Amino acid sequence: MDVLKVENVNFNYGSHKILTNLNFSMENNQVIGLFGDSGSGKSTFCKVLTGFIKEYEGTVTINGEVPQGGFNPIQLIYQHPEKVMNPRWKMRDVLEESWMPDDNLLDEFGIKREWFNRYPSELSGGELQRFSILRALNPNTKFIIADEISTMLDAVTQAQIWDSLLKLARKNNVGVLVVSHDKKLLNRICDSIVYLSDITE
Amino acid sequence: MSKLLEIEKLSISFSQYFKGLEQRELKVLSDLTMDVDDHEILAVLGSSGSGKSLLAHAILGILPSNAKVSGSIRYKGKEMDDELKEELRGNKISFIPQSVNNLNPLMKVKEQAIGYIKDEKDKEKIIKKQREIFNQYNLSEEVDEMYPFQLSGGMARKVLISTALLNDPEIIIADEPTPGLDEEAVKETINNLVELKEKGIGMILITHDINTAIETSDRIAILYLGYVIEITDTKNFSGEGEKLLHPYTRSLYRALPETYFELTEGHQPSYQNIPKGCPYHENCSRQIRECHYELPELREVNGTIIRCFNPLGEGD
Ligand SMILES: Nc1ncnc2c1ncn2[C@@H]1O[C@H](COP(=O)(O)OP(=O)(O)OP(=O)(O)O)[C@@H](O)[C@H]1O
Ligand SMILES: Nc1ncnc2c1ncn2[C@@H]1O[C@H](COP(=O)(O)OP(=O)(O)O)[C@@H](O)[C@H]1O
Ligand code: SF4
Ligand SMILES: [Mg+2]
Ligand SMILES: [Mg+2]
Repeated sequence: MDVLKVENVNFNYGSHKILTNLNFSMENNQVIGLFGDSGSGKSTFCKVLTGFIKEYEGTVTINGEVPQGGFNPIQLIYQHPEKVMNPRWKMRDVLEESWMPDDNLLDEFGIKREWFNRYPSELSGGELQRFSILRALNPNTKFIIADEISTMLDAVTQAQIWDSLLKLARKNNVGVLVVSHDKKLLNRICDSIVYLSDITE
Repeated sequence: MSKLLEIEKLSISFSQYFKGLEQRELKVLSDLTMDVDDHEILAVLGSSGSGKSLLAHAILGILPSNAKVSGSIRYKGKEMDDELKEELRGNKISFIPQSVNNLNPLMKVKEQAIGYIKDEKDKEKIIKKQREIFNQYNLSEEVDEMYPFQLSGGMARKVLISTALLNDPEIIIADEPTPGLDEEAVKETINNLVELKEKGIGMILITHDINTAIETSDRIAILYLGYVIEITDTKNFSGEGEKLLHPYTRSLYRALPETYFELTEGHQPSYQNIPKGCPYHENCSRQIRECHYELPELREVNGTIIRCFNPLGEGD
């Protein structure tokens, strides 16, 4: 079993305090929802967890160890996929930078092969998001941090994507932290829900 | 009520090169017909990649240069050519874009909200108004001086909405105004949209947030693979969805976490080989023979406009 543990994390943007004494832990067989006001620091927390923010106080560990360089086993799927993709790379390169899933998996996520030769600006928001989800589902991933990943998807695709993502996560023993403003969605897919205000001071 | 915006048989295609040689047309919007009155919100829902944002970009005249457009868009009965589109954009017709990348990363929030204004008096007026609108959205004075990277996703969205309201528009095209907003802010946005409608504004509200569509709109148009497949009264989005006639529309409604979170198999096919016949037939459980050969035309059934040979009934 893998345990993701966050202990006494503090983080400020300049004088602006965002996360104060945050403590949190989850296991790799869990799907946990994270709920909180906009601007309260959920995305900041997600970036701390996944190493996109490095200059914080406190520790983030897996099984007691701080993840070291190389591939990060805690993968972030971001609210705005267009912001984290290199606009000059074709989609094939965007995906391959992490790994290349097999045909079954590409089909399961509805990825059309012709999209491989397009640039990020030539795909719709929902199409891009499917790439970023697959990119994060690298076989070495242990935890997925999903920061509002389905708000730009239609309801049919949203239901499909969560079904596929969670099936794969359960099969590969990947824990998932789901950030969303949609309480009804969290109730459908999560084992439990935590409030950011309850895990910070 | 009068027609503010009429769109008739609007089609958009892109030419793309395959294997470097062969050039093909990708038709991403096909014969789209819809209209918006003053005092009205028309919500546009649809599968992702169904052409919603491109529709918005076509109305505003900001499609990429490799896009080919045919059909007609009229503003108060007047055909909108490129010149008129440019004249109306940002004045009579305001846009709330989907991508937060539309914020200029090098410009402070307040500066880009008010835009470039020569006249000092006008500028003062706009600045005052900007502050009022920002206050309504709980964007403090601190935010005025921030750069876009300093905003949370929800705050960036609020900035985009507030900015669109600054010029007293007659028409607003909103492309996904609510994702990333918390419950409070969504409520605030809903109130704002309804208030704007009551003032007389006509709006096209593109969204995946069906709840917001239900709370604000009068009619809902559903897009699939570049086709309008249904335009229905908003009140039909209720109960078990029994008043929704098109099979895709009903699946969409029943897939919501707040209804049944029902799983539908199959993805939207690729634009490179739009199926012959009905665009939905590959995934449709109600297909009949003609669905494979003929494109159903838009027609009226019980007050709903629908593109389907074999629509669902209330008992299905
Ligand atoms: N510049 C472009 N070149 C080629 N194809 C494009 C271009 N821009 C968009 N498309 C394609 O056109 C289709 C419609 O895109 P659009 O952005 O309008 O979708 P959308 O309905 O707004 O989707 P979403 O709900 O995911 O935002 C998509 O399949 C997309 O891949
Ligand atoms: N790069 C940054 N510089 C300064 N402040 C920032 C930066 N990114 C986010 N913030 C601020 O941090 C707070 C929390 O942001 P965020 O974690 O994105 O919120 P949430 O995801 O909960 O909506 C917000 O007040 C935002 O303005
Ligand atoms: S036309 Fe036929 S295939 Fe298309 S939605 Fe109607 S029944 Fe289904
Ligand atoms: Mg966020
Ligand atoms: Mg879009």
